[in-house]
Amino acid sequence: MKQGDSIPALKVTPDKGLTQRYKDASGDPNPIHVDEDFAKSVGLPGVILHGLYTMAQVARANTAAVGDDPRKLRRLAVQFRGMGFPEQEITVTGTVKEERDGAVVVETVAQQGGNQIIRNAEAELAV
Amino acid sequence: MTTNLGKTYEPATFDVSADRIRRYAEAVHEDNPIYHDAQAARAAGFRDLVAPPMFAVVYSAPAMGPPIFETIGEDLPRMVHGGQEFVWGEPVCAGDTITTEATVKDVSEKDGKTFYVFESVSKNQDGEESVRATWTNIVR
Repeated sequence: MKQGDSIPALKVTPDKGLTQRYKDASGDPNPIHVDEDFAKSVGLPGVILHGLYTMAQVARANTAAVGDDPRKLRRLAVQFRGMGFPEQEITVTGTVKEERDGAVVVETVAQQGGNQIIRNAEAELAV
Repeated sequence: MTTNLGKTYEPATFDVSADRIRRYAEAVHEDNPIYHDAQAARAAGFRDLVAPPMFAVVYSAPAMGPPIFETIGEDLPRMVHGGQEFVWGEPVCAGDTITTEATVKDVSEKDGKTFYVFESVSKNQDGEESVRATWTNIVR
């Protein structure tokens, strides 16, 4: 991988039950991710995805680009922007922006329907 | 404004089980056999069934609750997760005991919002660093 290369795009559509399964698996107790009525009571259009679930998709896309070896993902930093929703396709794309110290830095974005839900993500991959 | 800036909290431990790794891997669509089958993980050079990198969220969680609840307090319902960084070290495997220590690193105001930055360091039972994390929460 060298500067300007793209990582293979990752596409995933979280199903309706995903946020409950992610909640059970991660232990995140916030009801805005699983309780439709509660989410609406705090002004959201409905339940929203866990930001860290979406970050896990960014991690997965980057790890997949280096032979799916988790040891090669050295660092991942993201900013959460906007909200992600179940039952809408997420697309993760990334481009190598620099090479340094036996690693590449991949600038990565996760979007849903053109809305960037993770941006300015930086993944450092050993190559 | 908080008064516990710079405070380091009591470390919290998490016992990593194969079941928790598999359930997490399934929820985030990580289908590589190294996250589901101990033999496949060992064949790939890991000590035992290995956790996906983002499993850091799971073993760090017990240490993050107290600083977040104490620092943000009654503003919790207006808190959103603004950013996250992980720097990984030794892979985490089933049977590991991970100890995480969290610190309130920074509190600042910008554009009427308050930014709370927490840092955590997680180590395994042999003292090897598993992950170093920065958690940014924003109260609007």
